[in-house]
Amino acid sequence: MPKPKVGFYWCASCGGCEEAIVDLAEDLLGVAEAVDIVFWPCAMDFKRAGVEALSDGDLLVTFLNGAIRSAEQEEMAHLLRRKSQLLVAYGACAQLGGIPGLANQFSRDTMMKFYFEDGPSTVNEARIHPRLECVDGGHTVTLPELRHVVRALDQVVPVDYYIPGCPPTPKVTKTAIGALLAGELPPKGTVLAPDTALCDQCPRKASKPTHVSFTAFRRPHLTSLDPELCFLAQGIVCMGPGTRAGCDAVCPDGNMPCSGCFGPTSRVRDQGAKMLSSLAANVDARTDQEIDRILDGLPDPVGTFYRYGLAKSLLRRRADLDLTSASIPGSAAAPPSAPADSPTR
Amino acid sequence: MATHCEEIRIGFYVCHCGHNIAAMVDCEAVARYARKLPGVVVSRDYRYMCSDPGQELIRQDVREHRLNRIVVAACSPLLHEHTFRTATERAGLNPFHCQMVNIREHNSWVATRKQDATRKAKSLAQAAIHRVRFHKALQVQRVSIRPEVLVVGGGIAGIHAALTLANAGKKVFLVEREATIGGHMAKFDKTFPTLDCSACILTPKMSAVRSHPNITLWTLAEVTQVEGFIGNYRVKVRRSPRYVLEDACVGCLECIDACVYRSPKFPDAFNEGLGKRKPIYIPFPQATPKVVLIDPATCLNLKTGKCKQTCLEACGERQAIQFNQQERLEEIEVGTIIVATGFKTFDPRRQPLYGYGTYPNVYTSLEIERLVNASGPTGGEVVARDGRKPRAIGIIHCVGSRDRKTNVWCSRVCCMYSLKLAHLLKEHSEAEVYNFYIDIRAPGKGYEEFYNKLLDDGVHFIRGRVGEVTDWAMTPEEEGRLVIRVEDTLAGCVRRIPVDMVVLATGLEPQPDAQAVRRLFNMSCGGDGWFLERHPKLAPVNTFADGVYLAGCCQGPKDIPDTVAQAGAAAAEVLSLIDKGYVEQEPNTAYVRDEDCSGCKSCIPLCPYNAITFAEDRQKATINETLCKGCGTCVASCPSGSIVQRLFEDDEVFAEIEGMLAYDA
Repeated sequence: MPKPKVGFYWCASCGGCEEAIVDLAEDLLGVAEAVDIVFWPCAMDFKRAGVEALSDGDLLVTFLNGAIRSAEQEEMAHLLRRKSQLLVAYGACAQLGGIPGLANQFSRDTMMKFYFEDGPSTVNEARIHPRLECVDGGHTVTLPELRHVVRALDQVVPVDYYIPGCPPTPKVTKTAIGALLAGELPPKGTVLAPDTALCDQCPRKASKPTHVSFTAFRRPHLTSLDPELCFLAQGIVCMGPGTRAGCDAVCPDGNMPCSGCFGPTSRVRDQGAKMLSSLAANVDARTDQEIDRILDGLPDPVGTFYRYGLAKSLLRRRADLDLTSASIPGSAAAPPSAPADSPTR
Repeated sequence: MATHCEEIRIGFYVCHCGHNIAAMVDCEAVARYARKLPGVVVSRDYRYMCSDPGQELIRQDVREHRLNRIVVAACSPLLHEHTFRTATERAGLNPFHCQMVNIREHNSWVATRKQDATRKAKSLAQAAIHRVRFHKALQVQRVSIRPEVLVVGGGIAGIHAALTLANAGKKVFLVEREATIGGHMAKFDKTFPTLDCSACILTPKMSAVRSHPNITLWTLAEVTQVEGFIGNYRVKVRRSPRYVLEDACVGCLECIDACVYRSPKFPDAFNEGLGKRKPIYIPFPQATPKVVLIDPATCLNLKTGKCKQTCLEACGERQAIQFNQQERLEEIEVGTIIVATGFKTFDPRRQPLYGYGTYPNVYTSLEIERLVNASGPTGGEVVARDGRKPRAIGIIHCVGSRDRKTNVWCSRVCCMYSLKLAHLLKEHSEAEVYNFYIDIRAPGKGYEEFYNKLLDDGVHFIRGRVGEVTDWAMTPEEEGRLVIRVEDTLAGCVRRIPVDMVVLATGLEPQPDAQAVRRLFNMSCGGDGWFLERHPKLAPVNTFADGVYLAGCCQGPKDIPDTVAQAGAAAAEVLSLIDKGYVEQEPNTAYVRDEDCSGCKSCIPLCPYNAITFAEDRQKATINETLCKGCGTCVASCPSGSIVQRLFEDDEVFAEIEGMLAYDA
């Protein structure tokens, strides 16, 4: 019997998820033995044409990491969806939009301008921006266009399963791959990790007082952190109560608060809103001024509560983004391209 | 979610409510719109859905069209949710398969354009139609009612409520903060308009309280903690030491005579500081319980430990005086609570233009009550603080009432008590009495007649808000007297009236600790600080806390007849609960999905009803559903979405929002 064909692909991501596959260490050999890896451009020389040549559904499963932000990524998502029986969103960016999703706070033009002109480490006196198309030496070179909004994978194509994490831990990855290969499949749409919040696995759980009340929020890099006490009891925002378990609390173990990369439990639609609701309700303030002072301890609420989940949240993006703006400078004729599932608000 | 195989068949009804809704909402258009929505089988508009034929319509349609969900767009669910749930139940469905849409209070009554109101009604209807699909069949739970009642406050309201309940055979705990019951009424000399002696009609009721076998009376006591829920409250009461054993003291008052202080030295609160008392004293002759008390702030022995303790000697074998008495904490269980904590009078120092505290001959009305009283500091003789007998007295109405600078409300009783005091002052002193009023408010049985009688008696009435009370004389006639400057709005001129005594008709205010008391009993306060009744007309003695009722002025200013009537009403509400024996509990409570809870404890401090506890053994939160009022705070804040509230489950709420947003005119 031929071995099942498997693909790995990355879209808008940092590459950490690819590392996470390699992090399986010797277990990777077992995987390689059980399956036939036919597409993994990050690791080996595979071409898109090779995927296009496959018949539809030829791949048993494709693990796709990264958010969808460019036209090319969108195309690849559609292509791999067609070629795969199962499409797995691997890691926080594919599942929720991830860190790239934070770009949804800004218009594309603002972001491009910051990156190519205003960034503190940018040296670009000529103010050169990438172009969608340019002719050089008689050859036309093209770049894929960036979409106005960063999207999670399932906002572009249907997704069968999700493996959470930034990146997913080897244990979660191994368990998920094992289940998929063994055909022990939960209902479609399942996130392949436990469905309780992280506190359940946290070694600091017992040290959380019943009545946590915040008189100030502190930031981890400016605070000497107690290695055993619940972070919330120290006034540090820990996303653990609103984040799916499964990582075995690696961050709290390393004396850092949970930043929420495993996303919400299945019962929550908006992880950031839930955590905000929970923490804000426990702010111990009597006056408006006190509330302001305490909340001043959270200089970047979106980056704190929606670090991984902005694209998939109820908010999705900044409400007043200009989606009709002239696109990337230099591409005179580039049509304004609204994303496929154009947001309603 | 609905049973999977069940086809959802919705009946939608929009009520005209006469013109209340139909004048602003095109009800037929709303019904036509709803008819096209998915799942809607029947859609009708009807003149009065709450009428019997309206309810019958629902029953008929359920039978004929096999409906399994009902949506009624009408008034506030506060009024008729029960009606339509019952109609739904009578039609053979689960009552909670019915959803109401408020298109009256939330729409027709507040809208100004018919077009907008109709659109809003359609959108609200669509939201409910989307949501009702997800409604589950729910069961109503019963909670039993303990027959014991707590009455907080021993003024006339608390006394009347306690006696009514006790006479009906119910066990009552009456808790009073002061050393005696009687409240403000005990300080009054006479009552308007009949001029009954206040003490003569009150003290028999006070004695009845003391001797009633069903009443446990605790004075010098305060409620410190209330836990539990309707029918089953656990209450902690702190009883401050009296330093005298109530059971041993016979009220002979010999200890007072024997006190090392030969003469009374300390201001006497019962007489509004006009008289003096000793450190060991009884507030007034008919105080109930008739037991002396020792004021630890002034008693030499309690303050310094150095005293000959002559009072002990006088008490002798009775040994009623106990200097080592400690504060006690009583814990009681009651089913219902009547809050009758009364009012305080406005402090006229806040209005310096009337000169209270500056000119000794300016008095508050309560001081005058004591001054004209036979057992008062002067034995009923009207003598001013400077020893003079006044030739002319001015009574200034609306001090701390009907005034944007202080309190905007009318205190309701000041006009009438001012008339009464005018009568009494005239009777006791033969002085000329002037009333300075804005309007005379005499709406009560015999009140207008009393006003007319005073007009006939030659009491002067000057209509106008007083600008100033001053001792700055402009004529020899004004020399050494107080001058009231006022614009006489009937004569149309500014006048100066020289008098020898000024009486300020101070208004009524919420007690200074009303907010703390409100929190203690989980009640609400209006913006003015008075305790809020559940409905101003139809539930005037109920509060938003089930099983907690209001009586008397803590709910708003009122006179004695109204107070007694309200106390009776509160007692009747309590009796009807006790006699029924149980209440049905709304099933819209929250519960923790045990297998999903991570034990993060975020919810626990947030519950306003202390319904959530942390089970240490299982490391999970649990909700006591009899305590839960369904406020949803914990549900919204559970970071892992592991708390669910019945009737407000996520699929229901999101369906409702989506339905609302999906509306497209």
